[in-house]
Amino acid sequence: MKKFSSLLHNLILTPSRNTKIKLLQDYFNKLDINRAYALAILSDQLSFQFIKASKLKELVYEQVDQHLFDYSYDYVGDLAETISLIWPTKKEGKSQNLSTLIENIKKIKKSEINTEFSKILSELSNNERWTLIKICTGGLRIGVSERLVKTALADLYNKSVNEIEEIWHGLEFPYENLFQWLKNEISKPKIDFKKLFHPMMLANPIDEEKDFKRLDANEFQAEYKWDGIRVQLMVSSKSVSLYSRTGDNISSAFPEIIEATKGDAVIDGELLVGTNFKPSGFNDLQQRLNRKKASKDLQNKFPVFIRAYDILFYKGKDLRKFSLLERRKYLEKFQKENKTNQIDLSSIINFSTWKELTKYKNNFHDDLNEGVMIKLKNSEYLPGRKKGYWYKWKKNPKLVDAILMYAQRGHGKRSSYYSDFTFGVWKENELVPIGKAYSGYTDKELLVLDKFIRNNTINKFGPVREVKKEIILEVAFDDVFPSTRHKSGVAMRFPRIHRIRWDKPVNEVLTISEFKKEFKLS
Amino acid sequence: MDFINHQLFIKDINVHIDPILPKKTAIITHGHADHARFGHDHVIATRQTIDIMKIRYGDKCAKKFTPLRYGQKYSIKNYDFTLHPAGHILGSAQVLVEKNNHRLVITGDYKVGKDETCKNFKLVKCDTLITEATFGLPIFQHPDPKDEIQKLIRSVKINKNNCHIVGAYALGKAQRVMNLLRQQKYNETIYIHGSLEKLCQYYSKEKIDIGKFEKVSSKDKNFYEGKIIIAPPSALKDRWSRRFPNPIICMASGWMTVKQRAKQQGIELPLVISDHSDWNELLDTIKKSKAKNILITHGQEDALVYYCKKQNLISKPLSIQGRSDEEIE
Repeated sequence: MKKFSSLLHNLILTPSRNTKIKLLQDYFNKLDINRAYALAILSDQLSFQFIKASKLKELVYEQVDQHLFDYSYDYVGDLAETISLIWPTKKEGKSQNLSTLIENIKKIKKSEINTEFSKILSELSNNERWTLIKICTGGLRIGVSERLVKTALADLYNKSVNEIEEIWHGLEFPYENLFQWLKNEISKPKIDFKKLFHPMMLANPIDEEKDFKRLDANEFQAEYKWDGIRVQLMVSSKSVSLYSRTGDNISSAFPEIIEATKGDAVIDGELLVGTNFKPSGFNDLQQRLNRKKASKDLQNKFPVFIRAYDILFYKGKDLRKFSLLERRKYLEKFQKENKTNQIDLSSIINFSTWKELTKYKNNFHDDLNEGVMIKLKNSEYLPGRKKGYWYKWKKNPKLVDAILMYAQRGHGKRSSYYSDFTFGVWKENELVPIGKAYSGYTDKELLVLDKFIRNNTINKFGPVREVKKEIILEVAFDDVFPSTRHKSGVAMRFPRIHRIRWDKPVNEVLTISEFKKEFKLS
Repeated sequence: MDFINHQLFIKDINVHIDPILPKKTAIITHGHADHARFGHDHVIATRQTIDIMKIRYGDKCAKKFTPLRYGQKYSIKNYDFTLHPAGHILGSAQVLVEKNNHRLVITGDYKVGKDETCKNFKLVKCDTLITEATFGLPIFQHPDPKDEIQKLIRSVKINKNNCHIVGAYALGKAQRVMNLLRQQKYNETIYIHGSLEKLCQYYSKEKIDIGKFEKVSSKDKNFYEGKIIIAPPSALKDRWSRRFPNPIICMASGWMTVKQRAKQQGIELPLVISDHSDWNELLDTIKKSKAKNILITHGQEDALVYYCKKQNLISKPLSIQGRSDEEIE
């Protein structure tokens, strides 16, 4: 427990991804039952909700004056941390390991949970107490994704993260087969087919100058790049499951897909919101994301469907070694056989030269696609981002000139730089912020901006600096939506700094109403 | 005790304790900038506090100085003043005011725990206690500073290609961290931010063991790999810190108790080392002072006022201007 709690403590304070991986590897360099519990906790695979937050409060009120606790909770803002710090008895017992501790808690009878849990809390150190409460109340919030844990394990034991992802959902606590395979004691665990996740084939961005000279347009086919979320749908007569790009099972969030899908296949496609297979934009889709469940009301308001573009298995047959053209035939067959599915097919764009494709990339469907995908016709289905097979060609971004208003320091490596920028446009004689960006600039531009901010601050609000309104930023963004949450009434999707407009005077920047008109928001 | 007001001003004899603005007579508890200011006519303090004021503000920062030894009496009319060790930083003192058999103690900032960089806290019994409450919440229970400094030493050993920049207040905390490192047998040269140099030299002169130190200079970047650098907290986020190779940002402060605070400030290695009393020490001091009347100055006073009232002690917060900032320690 000591080791695991110090791992969590360090992870929460480390901004760097590489350091996080290193910390995870230091911890998982031994694979035992404690690590199995740790893995289940970090990947949220087991539920350890032995006790509710309200119960914990009851327990702490038995130990500490209620007002003193409330003053403290108010100050700290985090229940687990407040309880772990304020818990008074400090007779640290013999340090228990993680697995023994959890198994002991599991054995506690419901009627005795109050006294027994209090006793356990009293015997732990501060940090262990914090860890245990975090585990029990769910939601660690330590900035570590399941994917990061898999990456750390893969690197440490010389496996590919794709291999781990593939079998992940067929693995069960206490992961004996996984651990043995990682240690090279057995070959890769055989997993029930339905629980396999097949790592996805990913595209590289196209380099317009180099790639178009080099690549023969006739060898490629193109499809629109839809702005949804990438999914893998696994359907058989017995079950249907839906996975995200990183192999998370997201079936429970999209029950209508699970109910409606028939057939026997593994489909690769894009999940979109819309009725009658007409996508309605990412803003709507966002209402359905990051939820564990979807109410009927939500399903009605924001119905989802899948736009399929590839098929990996058909009636048990592995198609991944087949060419894209051949797979497409199977996909069409699957589609014909299962017409009631909430699935349509991604249409194929006919073109014979790269130049011809340009107009599709930029104009078609305007806001609803992000550009085009370019795929080698005879490519196998290869996991990962292999070069030379699939490319994405994004639309030119939308651009707007806006005035730098506020700046804030970044995190990690950028913590000594003012690297988060808020920018705005005019509203009568004032500026109203329309977005915030923390990428896109070159290292040189960042230095210039940082210097400007330090020398031209006119106001400080906590960590935020207000600067003289002198710098115009050309901001690139994917899309803009109406928003009631922002003063300006607009919210941008993926804004980034395109360049600094040294040439333009601030009074030539648009007003908010001109901005809305230009981007069709009013 | 009604001879002193909420601004720690004794009107009767025109004496202030730790005034923010220039005054005629100022008794100064210690050298931190929120207590010791420039421009008083007459400063009464320990010799070390006066030395520190002169280092920070120049020899002429007051017209007249009266150094007092701990326990040495200084009288103005029927008021007797003595200074007693506060254990906060070098030269820090509590002020005992006696008038007509009434004993009033103004603790200033204080800590009860051991510290080799200054004379340790001495409990003074009194009728009225004016105590600080920087860490006046029961969540603050400071750990043994030796364990905390070991965390730093261990991290330096493990992360050989990084340098460790430790944020520590320039006066007191920086030297305490250095001294704690020496107590734990860390014998390498410690590198310091330029703003710490004069104060470190002064501590050395006063025979406080802070070991060998050197000002950070524009050496080759890699020179600082594996080294410990001490800098004021403000420098951590400044351009100054960019010159170091893969820095691990540390902070020595009582505030580091709360993980979320450390995270918000981008601190990777929090070291809970405080020069203030923690909750239990505050309660203990209040109890042992035997004071019946407790006034509470800057910090988290609400919880402490509540506690005192429950103990049937007369208690109220004193709101002193310009003192509530967390950055001050």
